[in-house]
Amino acid sequence: MNTQSEALLSVRNLVKNFEMRANSGLRKTKRIVQAVADVSFDVKVGQTLGLVGESGSGKTTVGRSVLQLIQPTSGEVIFEGQDLTKLSFEQLREVRRQMQIVFQDPFASLDPKMTVGSSIAEPLVVQGVSGNHQEKVAELLDLVGLAADHAKRFPHEFSGGQRQRVGIARALALDPKLIVLDEPVSALDVSIQAGVVNLFSDLQKRLGMSYIFIAHDLSVVRHIADHVAVMYLGKIVELGEKNAVYRNPSHPYTKALLSAVPLPNPKVERSRHRIMLEGDVPSPVNPPTGCRFRTRCWKATDLCAAEEPQLIVRPTGQQSACHFPE
Amino acid sequence: MSSSVLQIRDLRVTFSTQMGELRAVRGIDVDVVPGEILGVVGESGSGKSVSFLAAMGLLPKSATITGSVELDGVELIGAGRKAIRSVRGKSLAMVFQDPLSALNPVHRVGDQIVEMIQSHQDMNTHDAEKKAVELLEIVGIPQPDERALQYPHEFSGGMRQRVVIAMAIANNPKVLIADEPTTALDVTVQAQILEVIQRVQQTFGTAVVLITHDLGVIARVADSVNVMYAGRNVESGSVQSLFDHPSHPYTRGLLSSLPHEGIERLNPIAGFPPNMLAPPSGCGFAPRCQHATKACSAELPALAPFEDLLTSCIRADELRVGRRS
Repeated sequence: MNTQSEALLSVRNLVKNFEMRANSGLRKTKRIVQAVADVSFDVKVGQTLGLVGESGSGKTTVGRSVLQLIQPTSGEVIFEGQDLTKLSFEQLREVRRQMQIVFQDPFASLDPKMTVGSSIAEPLVVQGVSGNHQEKVAELLDLVGLAADHAKRFPHEFSGGQRQRVGIARALALDPKLIVLDEPVSALDVSIQAGVVNLFSDLQKRLGMSYIFIAHDLSVVRHIADHVAVMYLGKIVELGEKNAVYRNPSHPYTKALLSAVPLPNPKVERSRHRIMLEGDVPSPVNPPTGCRFRTRCWKATDLCAAEEPQLIVRPTGQQSACHFPE
Repeated sequence: MSSSVLQIRDLRVTFSTQMGELRAVRGIDVDVVPGEILGVVGESGSGKSVSFLAAMGLLPKSATITGSVELDGVELIGAGRKAIRSVRGKSLAMVFQDPLSALNPVHRVGDQIVEMIQSHQDMNTHDAEKKAVELLEIVGIPQPDERALQYPHEFSGGMRQRVVIAMAIANNPKVLIADEPTTALDVTVQAQILEVIQRVQQTFGTAVVLITHDLGVIARVADSVNVMYAGRNVESGSVQSLFDHPSHPYTRGLLSSLPHEGIERLNPIAGFPPNMLAPPSGCGFAPRCQHATKACSAELPALAPFEDLLTSCIRADELRVGRRS
């Protein structure tokens, strides 16, 4: 990875286990779901890390663990030199100003009974920021491409794209240094999506914050991210500079994932070689031994079952965790 | 065109709501050719699902449907419930986005397929069970004889969608309507399901209507495409022509709003889709179209031949110059 800019956030050996209670026969049993299993990555100042993976890969859990919205089981989340997992609730509150989140569903994340203006001003009130909130709200609305008089309206008066802009304005209210964007454009129609993606790029250029962009849409991530982490069943299987990962995928899963994405070009679609993975992602309750991808991998051998591959830097620059990289 | 197996003419669907008449579909023509995959693409609210739910007779009573839907020459609009039921699930079958809601959780999947077969064919249970296992095998379910005895919750999302497809093709339908069949699935599983749909079409010569918002999916599997906007067909043609030289400003806007390698900024379409309670008087896309003139808002443009496409844009000819390829 390049060392030109310093890391704003360093995640080290992050683990998050969820306990599941299940009734098996007469006995109650506890089962552990390892949603995130030893994940490490950096997010640099003013850059975007794309976090991609299919459902159950743990990408959302990583995002929430970073913000301490859920307590990691173990590992470190170092934000500007401070390990957030060791902070008290009060100390965390201070740091939270610097870190915000934008959710997928802009309707669910806004209070339908509050005007959009009060929703945007709410973080300012909660954090006890002094000054003219109305002015700040107008400024924020302008920043996200809405009009100042939109502040008086209610969420239902907005379209999906506009509501997402309101969510972004609220996330910006406290001038954060890091925003976790959790599938922020997945619920939007393509023609609307493009405008919101552009807005993210523009805001980053103007304000210099970092993003963790969580998405299952690989084309959008390719467009917006600087670095990409590909997750599978709670592990990062490939991590590196965007072009290295997209142009020369090293892990078989990354390769299969990229080849599965339908591209809007019939000529390309009908001529390219497609890797067809068999089956679905296995249950995280009982993940495969060794390499977690081996049950669907066409290259898997006994070694893959016996020994877990570590992330290793490849000639093309990125790291991948595979015994038989491409 | 008498060669089409499903022919829709001037279909209009209006819902009575508390806020007034919602005009979801405003006069569309569709021709589904035997053995072909027709992609229907559009954004939410464009009327793409409603059109085909209307054809299936699956809309609530609040919907007023006019126009004609002919399946193999038999008119379905206005036909009695009994007549529709004899067609639905037999010659016209449908697959939905959420496979779990299409399956009964308390019956074995094999039994559900048997029920589907026996409701339309005179077949004894033993033979129907055998056929059910065959169908599960066709859609790529491993160990079909054992899986037939399991319940829907024992299947993963992708496998459930395969079961639903097996049910849909149980009576060898002439037309299979698939409404966003892969939207709820992960991308690697989506690739598998698209392959199953293609296999069904190729093996049985079933005509498929694939409704989706994903232009990539269309590019992968469709033979021809209808682009819908604001309850109208704005452009249609072969998949190759449509992606190669789209003529309607909406189609072009849609394609160029997608991210692709090497571009710095995306090109969104300004504005948002019209409110269908009060749709624009003229071209539905005019309020968002950078090429719109006064004439565009004057009256609804008809779908007319333009080069090798059908386009509903009165300025298509003028705009040909300088368009991106």
